[in-house]
Amino acid sequence: MKVAILKLRGILLTSIPIDMNDEDAMAFQADVLRMLSDTEATGLVIDITAMNVVDSYMARVINDTAVQAGMLGAQVVLCGMQPDVALTLIEMGRELIGVETALNLDQAFNRLETMIEEREA
Amino acid sequence: MKNEPGMMVAVTQEWHVARAQRAATALARSVGLSQVAVYSLATSVSELANNLFFHTRVGGTITLRAVRQNGSVGVEIVAEDDGPGIADVDSAMRDGFTTNGGLGVGLPGVKRLMDEFEIESQVGAGTRVVAVIWSAGATLQP
Repeated sequence: MKVAILKLRGILLTSIPIDMNDEDAMAFQADVLRMLSDTEATGLVIDITAMNVVDSYMARVINDTAVQAGMLGAQVVLCGMQPDVALTLIEMGRELIGVETALNLDQAFNRLETMIEEREA
Repeated sequence: MKNEPGMMVAVTQEWHVARAQRAATALARSVGLSQVAVYSLATSVSELANNLFFHTRVGGTITLRAVRQNGSVGVEIVAEDDGPGIADVDSAMRDGFTTNGGLGVGLPGVKRLMDEFEIESQVGAGTRVVAVIWSAGATLQP
């Protein structure tokens, strides 16, 4: 299963599908890094609107992807977390998601633009 | 506790984790658990099924069933395997402990998400986890 990664105004946008397995996750991380490198994007939005379940495995995939993207100089924002997923994640472990988060795509873009501006200032 | 017949999902391959998770979600919705309880259950099943897949060579089973007690309805998960067992259960229940490079929140996370949690493990014989989540607000069907 190929995860689409789109570029919009210097920012990469991707949405994690509901059933992502180990192999998909590895391919996804490699694709994100290749796209970041090829497009010289300075930001990455990871949308998880489709995800009903973010278990510790998926939390790790998200965190690892963000760390890897950061190494290529991209700022990362996670968005689209469902309220019940947030409740479940807090119960699971407070430190599970170590990524900047925003409510929705709009706010994620605003946040990223601010983060990128601040960094370049 | 009045129990209903369970539904067993064998977990021997990675995609079985998603199947177990879907079965848990469907059962939780059918007995009327709240949305957050449905998500808590689905996440717990995912953690336990991932453990079966990643920590045992042969996989194991997830059995799900509706349970009723004192006017409450809930869902019970039984995760069983004949795998290597857990040498130090106390450590496995501690946050941050991992043997496979994971985040080390799987078992303690499940314990926090569910209302009841029991684990038995014997090295060389296997592991059995029983966990229940109750929906306090649900009404008992006569």
